[in-house]
Amino acid sequence: MADELTPRSDDFGLAKADQSKTPITNHESASFSKQLLGFWVTFKTMFKKVNTVQYPEVKEPTAERFHGRHQLNRHPDGLEKCIGCELCAWACPADAIYVEGADNKEGAQFSPGERYGKVYQINYLRCIFCGLCIEACPTRALTMTNEYELADNTRGKLIFEKDDLLGPLRAGMVPPPHPMYPNTDDGNYYRGEVTESHPSQGIPKND
Amino acid sequence: MSNAELIGQDPGWVIALKGLFIFAACVFLTIMSVWAERRIVARMQQRSGPNRVGKFGLLQALVDGVKLALKEDLIPKAADRVIFVLAPIISTTACFMAFAVIPLTGEVNFFGHQTVMQLTDISVGVLYVLAIASVGVYGIVLAGWSSGSTYPLLGGLRSSAQVISYEVAMGLSLVAVFIYAGSMSTSEIVAAQDKWWYAVILFPSFIIYTISMVGETNRAPFDLAEAEGELVGGFHTEYSSLKFALFFLSEYVNIIAVSALATTLFLGGYHALPGLGFTEQWLGGWFTLAWFFVKVLGFFFVFVWLRGTLPRLRYDQFMKFGWKVLIPFSLAWIMVVSTLRVMSQQQAPRVIIIAFIFSIALIYIAITSLVDRQKVNHAKAAKVTNSEEPNFPVPAIPNSRSEQLNG
Repeated sequence: MADELTPRSDDFGLAKADQSKTPITNHESASFSKQLLGFWVTFKTMFKKVNTVQYPEVKEPTAERFHGRHQLNRHPDGLEKCIGCELCAWACPADAIYVEGADNKEGAQFSPGERYGKVYQINYLRCIFCGLCIEACPTRALTMTNEYELADNTRGKLIFEKDDLLGPLRAGMVPPPHPMYPNTDDGNYYRGEVTESHPSQGIPKND
Repeated sequence: MSNAELIGQDPGWVIALKGLFIFAACVFLTIMSVWAERRIVARMQQRSGPNRVGKFGLLQALVDGVKLALKEDLIPKAADRVIFVLAPIISTTACFMAFAVIPLTGEVNFFGHQTVMQLTDISVGVLYVLAIASVGVYGIVLAGWSSGSTYPLLGGLRSSAQVISYEVAMGLSLVAVFIYAGSMSTSEIVAAQDKWWYAVILFPSFIIYTISMVGETNRAPFDLAEAEGELVGGFHTEYSSLKFALFFLSEYVNIIAVSALATTLFLGGYHALPGLGFTEQWLGGWFTLAWFFVKVLGFFFVFVWLRGTLPRLRYDQFMKFGWKVLIPFSLAWIMVVSTLRVMSQQQAPRVIIIAFIFSIALIYIAITSLVDRQKVNHAKAAKVTNSEEPNFPVPAIPNSRSEQLNG
């Protein structure tokens, strides 16, 4: 969604803020004629381009590193990065994250290594979008997207489950559960040595 | 035939229709002016304002009105019920009534009947408007008092003090117009302006009137009665639903009414702008209605412009301005105007008139330069010197140095 949008300017008002650093020195009240200049300012502004964004119809892109909705990422072969360690839940100052880990079993391998996140919930009524969970994540499984339209009308709908948070399967990814890439261990995965799925892991998604 | 004679011949149905027309025009103008104000102020702040309901958000005020009407109508337990209900009605009725004496058009053909669009023409029309405006203050002060709550009471008292103070200046500014027109009837004042507008001849009166009409209508920068930061909503804090809508309506009708009065007294009323008098002959009497409303809406724009530009005044500054600047100034101005008037009526030689004007100008310059010198002296005296101790009296700080030394 965010890719279609183009910013109105690259500058987020920083250059302007820099310019306006000139100190205010004049503490005397302005003369009457100078005060009348204010009328000219407001009159002039009427003919300027309106700064309002017609929001639901027109959407402005967020800042690049805007803290939006979370996403659970995948390895290039489709296995989940989350290992169910709960560090995110411990880091969370608002107690918004609930994680239940479970063991990967033969025939039910969701992530490389021993453990995977079986239940993963983020309560967006509590989340303050501080990003401490992202800093805590040891496998870079949890990141934040730029999506900010998170309003809803019930409490239940605002608790996002694992299915809601998991990143999409990209081309070449095999939907888990499936075995790890042949002749690798979890270390290979974390070092980024697994770059694609192997035919023995299953039929990859193609598009 | 004069306007008064024309109106005197109106049959009952014409009077009823005229009343209806004036009422409908006021309500319509209110709805449109609420929208226009929000749009214009928005543009002055580089926003776009309401643009969702209808084309350009034109129906916004209408929808807001419907919303207000459908809301729950609360009457606080501590309120004096009868007066609480009566107050918005007084307020609204009074401001509609002011329109009765405003001539909206010249002579027109009203469904086959020659008349003017003016409900009635009494010989003291302008005094009637001032009297009605004072009755409107009762709505405000009673609303504040009957709410049985602190902030509305403060707001109501403030706003009635304000309206009464500025009414004095307003009334004084009109005196010059009466002297020049030789009449208090609105239609005759309009007729007296066929050569020169009083806004030109009596420019100081015009300025005083425009300032005091902003104070009179409780509008920014004089909207102290509803200073949100200090008084919540002012006198209408406890009002909701339709009763609140009535106050809202009366505020805007009031703006239109004082603008209409200003148009009538200073800008030649329904007559065309200078140089465009031919439009009246070509397009007929009804076209003068357009001229009238162009002028009124011009005033309305000034109201909005003021609101978009100026911050609210402090209450004491506001009262000082009213009593110590506007009123003395307009009293002095009335003296000058009446002297000039008497001189020209008694055919005084031109030399004397010019000498009089010259001496007035001299006195004015002397006074202003004296005031300026005083200001400079004040500024010198008030110069802040950098010192450890503040050079203004401060309450003793416990455990301060002096206390440790003395006690």
